[in-house]
Amino acid sequence: MSGETHETHGAVHRHEPPTSFIRKYIFSLDHKVIGIQYIILALVAVLVGMTMSVLMRMNLSWPGTNWPILGTLFPGGAPDGMMTPEFYLSLVTMHGTIMVFFVLTTAPQGGFGNYFLPIQIGAEDMAFPVLNMLSFWVTFVGFVVILAAIFFSGAESTVGPIGGWTGYAPLSALPNSGPGQGMGMNLWIISIAIFCVGSLLGALNFITTLLNMRAPGMSLMRMPLTCWAWFTTAVLALLSFPVLLGGGVLLLLDRTAGTSFFIPGGLYIGGELSGASANFPIHTGGSPILWQHLFWFFGHPEVYIAILPGMGATSHILSTFARKPVFGYRAMVFAIFAIGLLGFFVWGHHMFISGMSPYSAMTFSILTLSIGVPSAVKTFNWLGTLWGARIRFTTPMLFAIGFVSLFVAGGITGLVLGQSSLDLPMHDTYFVTAHFHLVMGVASIFGMFAATYFWFPKMFGRMMSERLGRIHFWITFVGVYCIFVPMHTMGIVGMPRRFAQFTEYEFLATLHPLVVFVSIAAIATVFAQILFYFNLVWSIFKGEKSGANPWEATTLEWITPSPPPHDNFAGVIPTVYRGPYEFAVPGAPNDFIMQTEPEPGTVPATEGAGNGHNGHRH
Amino acid sequence: MSTEARAVHFPAADWDGGVHPYRVGHRKLGMWLFIVSDSLTFSALLIGYSYLRASNVWPTPFHFNPSILFSSLMTFCLLSSSLTMVFGVSASSRGDWKATRKWILITIFFGIAFLVLHLYEWNHLIHQGLTPFALPAEWVTQYTAADGTLPSPLFGATFFAITGLHMFHVFTGAIYLTVVAARVKKLKHEDVEISGLYWHFVDLVWMFVFPLIYIMSVHIDGH
Repeated sequence: MSGETHETHGAVHRHEPPTSFIRKYIFSLDHKVIGIQYIILALVAVLVGMTMSVLMRMNLSWPGTNWPILGTLFPGGAPDGMMTPEFYLSLVTMHGTIMVFFVLTTAPQGGFGNYFLPIQIGAEDMAFPVLNMLSFWVTFVGFVVILAAIFFSGAESTVGPIGGWTGYAPLSALPNSGPGQGMGMNLWIISIAIFCVGSLLGALNFITTLLNMRAPGMSLMRMPLTCWAWFTTAVLALLSFPVLLGGGVLLLLDRTAGTSFFIPGGLYIGGELSGASANFPIHTGGSPILWQHLFWFFGHPEVYIAILPGMGATSHILSTFARKPVFGYRAMVFAIFAIGLLGFFVWGHHMFISGMSPYSAMTFSILTLSIGVPSAVKTFNWLGTLWGARIRFTTPMLFAIGFVSLFVAGGITGLVLGQSSLDLPMHDTYFVTAHFHLVMGVASIFGMFAATYFWFPKMFGRMMSERLGRIHFWITFVGVYCIFVPMHTMGIVGMPRRFAQFTEYEFLATLHPLVVFVSIAAIATVFAQILFYFNLVWSIFKGEKSGANPWEATTLEWITPSPPPHDNFAGVIPTVYRGPYEFAVPGAPNDFIMQTEPEPGTVPATEGAGNGHNGHRH
Repeated sequence: MSTEARAVHFPAADWDGGVHPYRVGHRKLGMWLFIVSDSLTFSALLIGYSYLRASNVWPTPFHFNPSILFSSLMTFCLLSSSLTMVFGVSASSRGDWKATRKWILITIFFGIAFLVLHLYEWNHLIHQGLTPFALPAEWVTQYTAADGTLPSPLFGATFFAITGLHMFHVFTGAIYLTVVAARVKKLKHEDVEISGLYWHFVDLVWMFVFPLIYIMSVHIDGH
């Protein structure tokens, strides 16, 4: 197909959209429709995840209260309207799983990446449209299976497995280890395995598209930073998900075929030797630490899968509204790649308390802290981009600045936790919860909010309401700091994660007002998101018409109508003559120059082979 | 290679957009990426195997005759299939679709032969008493360590998991090649090449599985 694209370059060669409803909106091959499908999936999944976090906060801050609705819905999990600890733990697990996999991995990459990567590099579609459709629907099936875990975890006593999103063995490997660990855990593993397959299909599609389908003149160093971020994310997904897939298969075998990959010998569950009650002999010889290694070899790159697209969107948006080129474009590119590469060698920092050798811990620690270097490069370059700029404070810009703020606030504590000596006492406290929520949860989501407000006009041809957007930003921005800053204090005091209530711990009693404060902030922030949902739906129908380039931005998505036609550029593949962030060029008539605008008196890059514009002079 | 010579093969313009920088189509690049990804799945299993093997008393029950001879025969089938696949791809590059089909069918034959031999071996081991969760009784007595530690039943678990996953790949590959053989007249040369890539990859995986799982489990007299 690409050969065809190449040959028809310059000539009008339109691809008409399909006409039937099913081919157009359900089983669509159009990357733009698939991108929106991913975003809708994330918008639904995040509602489930947020509801669970509100329930957890209610249980933590008002112990002993009777919540009649809970009692009716989950007679086993919340008898008399009061949650059992197991019910709380299942909320923790499902909140984490749904948020990490079905929100933070789908919206940034599958959603915005799918929609904008092909357009930004000047391609008509992804390299494998059918695989693209499959990757969405496979992911969708994974989501249905994880929802099924909510309802089939046994007698309404839990809403899923109770072992947390990391599925640590041997708890996860033994079906009789607790409520929710039977069918609920099976469904959890199957859902994650399905998700892995969907992500792999997506990843190889992204990489192939980016390498093979760039428009003439779109050299690697002329790509918007968003494309670099999506590309790196796809590489991470390609290399990390298969390891989780392998681990998941082994875990499932432990549960169903009597193997003992992750189950040590001599384990007693409820007074019985593990495995003795089933059809299989007693478990022996396995290693729970092996699961941790396999899981975190995936799990650490996964947190970069969540945040890198947000970094890309932030760089892109900061430059656009600062009306300045990104400060240090090349440094930004190398920083993205350095973060991605280092991300594969630091998984051990999640396992400092697993009894690893102090020498291994030190190695992982040094590598972890070294990620601070490219992260600082990015942060200072963002600040450099903003320095001295006449900033246009639009809603997407506010969220992009919010991203920088949250990334710094959450990243600083990473330097604390990355040192094994400090991690030992802090591990499994609220300090860790606060750290990763700020940096991989909220910061990524702020990146996606910025992306939504920024690209909504392109996707639907109408602007989102600025007034609602600003209110949404300020409540959310203040709200998330009110939620997560106090959690650092709690963690330093020693409040452990994953405890349903703290009524039995006298030394934590003085913290209770803080716990209530966090809960109120969390509930207020969650309700503020109604503004966002309302703004989305309202603006699709009633928003102000946007035109092709409402933000006066320079990249390829803004040369085509809003929303773009089925084949993105109406059959004409654009030719690219310059870098992505040419704002405020001295002597230029406008303060922005589109990537497609020829440099007076120069030949297109493709015609002058090896002209050295990207630094590869031979 | 001198700088000038390299410049001919990799001009900067390759990366300037509008061309395929590696001179390969989407599907071939996609297959390479899939292979990279799939090799990490196998790596995860093989590293897990090494980890468990190192931390347990491991039986070494495979006698040269018949286990290693038999698995060498399986290896011979698979390696031969790689060779015939090379002939198939070479015929396809000459546009000789009849020869291509013939060589691919021979490749499938060797692949199926591997599967049949492999299943026969599985069946034999299962009859001996090897399962994913238990060792045959005589292995347990024979390979118990001097301090009385029992040999690990994880031998069966890793054996069946890793060879099973590989067998699944050979099986999928045989189906894939059948489709390619059936449609070879309509397919482009590159599509045949891509199926060859997958087949060679599956063989390459076996070249890790064979020494790690079989050769390293050879029974040595006196132990």
